Amino acid sequence: MASLTLYPQDERLAGRERTVFNLYLVTALVLVVVLMLVGLTMRLSQATWVALPKNTFFQFLSLHGAGMVGTAVMVTTAGMWFFLRKYVRLHTWAFVTNYVLFMLGVVCILVGIYQGYAALWTYLYPLPVSGMGIWSPASAAWFMIGYLLIGVGQLIFYFDAAAGVIAKHGNLGRAMGWPWLFGGTVDPEHPKTVVAGTSMIIANSLGILAGAVSLVMSLVNLLYPDIKIDPLFTKSLIYWFGHMYINASIYMGVIVIYELLSRYSGKPYPLSRVFLWGWAATTILVLIVFPHHLLMDFAMPHWILVVGQVASWSSGFPVLLVTAWGALTNVYRSNMRWSMPPRWMLLALFGWITGGFAAVLDSTIRVNLVMHNTQWVPGHFHTYLLLGVLAMVLALMYHWIGARRNAPPANSLLDRIGFFVYLIGGLIFVYGFLDGGRRGVARRMAEHWPEWVVTDQIASVGAVLVVLAMTYFALRILAGMFGGSPPESSRVPNLADPAG
Amino acid sequence: MAVQGIVWVIWLTGMALIALAFVWIVVQAGKPADDGTRDRTVRRGHALQKWFFGLLLAAFVVGSWATLRHFPIPPQGTASESAQTVDVVGRMWSWELSTSTLEAGSEVEFRVTSADVNHGFAIYSPDGHIQTQAQAMPEYTNRVVHTFSEPGTYTIQCLEYCGIGHEPMKTTFEVVAAAGG
Repeated sequence: MASLTLYPQDERLAGRERTVFNLYLVTALVLVVVLMLVGLTMRLSQATWVALPKNTFFQFLSLHGAGMVGTAVMVTTAGMWFFLRKYVRLHTWAFVTNYVLFMLGVVCILVGIYQGYAALWTYLYPLPVSGMGIWSPASAAWFMIGYLLIGVGQLIFYFDAAAGVIAKHGNLGRAMGWPWLFGGTVDPEHPKTVVAGTSMIIANSLGILAGAVSLVMSLVNLLYPDIKIDPLFTKSLIYWFGHMYINASIYMGVIVIYELLSRYSGKPYPLSRVFLWGWAATTILVLIVFPHHLLMDFAMPHWILVVGQVASWSSGFPVLLVTAWGALTNVYRSNMRWSMPPRWMLLALFGWITGGFAAVLDSTIRVNLVMHNTQWVPGHFHTYLLLGVLAMVLALMYHWIGARRNAPPANSLLDRIGFFVYLIGGLIFVYGFLDGGRRGVARRMAEHWPEWVVTDQIASVGAVLVVLAMTYFALRILAGMFGGSPPESSRVPNLADPAG
Repeated sequence: MAVQGIVWVIWLTGMALIALAFVWIVVQAGKPADDGTRDRTVRRGHALQKWFFGLLLAAFVVGSWATLRHFPIPPQGTASESAQTVDVVGRMWSWELSTSTLEAGSEVEFRVTSADVNHGFAIYSPDGHIQTQAQAMPEYTNRVVHTFSEPGTYTIQCLEYCGIGHEPMKTTFEVVAAAGG
């Protein structure tokens, strides 16, 4: 069971580990702010308030999509590493290698986009090789090689983590508590982080391998255009990888809530059989849910499309019944003293649930017939990424700067104002998308039909607020990480202690 | 009410309920509880969790039955039984239809494919709402079946990003009142 001590000794970092962890966080902060500005520019362009050349728009869209997803996984991987290393042996070299390969991948992606690549994160065959003079096969190859490098780095991290988990628990099934699914006494000390982390080691490794196959096939097609590949099979692999990858950011990010929430509420948050069932189900569901991206490919065997709908609906059970229920009952009547980390964690749960609910609705085949590839789609994933995953990450970062100074968690007036601006801006921003989906506004268009522009203008106002708030948080956290010098010794607050 | 309107109401209602639950939890979180109260709330929480599970399961079963019992996608690879058929080919960046005038009130089958990259074949009604859609994928033909209830000018808009000419990739067709209708 996670400790109720706010800043336990076994979480302290020093030397190279601290440097690398800080590198992950700083890189994430910089990338998020820059990529938010890229996203804001696109929204302002759709709102007709800024003039953006059409191809630049699609280059920006490629950058924003690939960049935000990559950053989300990179920084939640850092969160998983930060907590998992307390329970199993992780090698720093693997953590470093992941970072280095991620950065090399970013460079390759930037080179590809600078050369004109604008076939989006999906690299949907055969679009990368069909640039019609706007982008070259070489630029597409740079982009895909960047993906491969990032994927290899992530796999190295996962394989090292898998080795550590197996060394400690014997096998991955025992790490996930499967022997306790049907009976026996659940060990309440078994770490939730190990369960969730192992789930993602299994599921996201398989997803990345599927992505690697699609990337290699696409690269072969770029080099030898006469070698054709099946478009439906390739699309299936791409969405298996893509959906799994972004889902992994949530499921790795939620480790932050498992580890930290009880420290701020002061109430134990023990492991339960329901929790283990939830994660066993999640491991399977995240692997088979991707056909909901292919509901409009009628050539797919229809039973696979039914699996897409049923698995999507089922995915809501573990989120609602296990994580959200467990977390909300944990804070209920806890005499919580609100500060930034728990505030972010509650927002993260809200964003995850509401964004997930919108996703479940769209995964219904009958609904997808009229909402597929509308703004409803970015509406749902911006809800759970902006208000969910990023909120989890900010909870970790605010906690981390508190831990550095061994001080009570941040809760200044500016922080609270920033949080409020971020929340309101985020809600307005996602409303613009979701209302657009209701009206049939197409996603991935540089210029919208005139009657659609009002939704872009609403979203742009929200996006400005979000960017302002996030810029403040980034500066605030960077100052907290590097400003001044941490006190040599000060009282470590223990929120479990009423005298705290 | 169109499907989009129903989804919007369901989502807004769900979001409002979730928001209310969170506000209530946040208010309650600020209150202290002694050990006895905590034990009672844990027991009540477990009981409520079971009811919540039952509620979700019921919604899952009823919802799946309601949305899948008449499978919304027509069988593929079978002979057409529709009164009207249209061959549709998408290519960068235009649509080619074998006919541009259809009759309201009787079933239309669109046989949708692509000559180059993936496109999205979406039909917008005269008032700008999506009626139905399917992917237009090279090497595959997707069979879309739809009955138009109202005459008017309908728009086909590409909904799958296909390069710089994606958004201008649209065309229109006319739906006229059925002869003698």
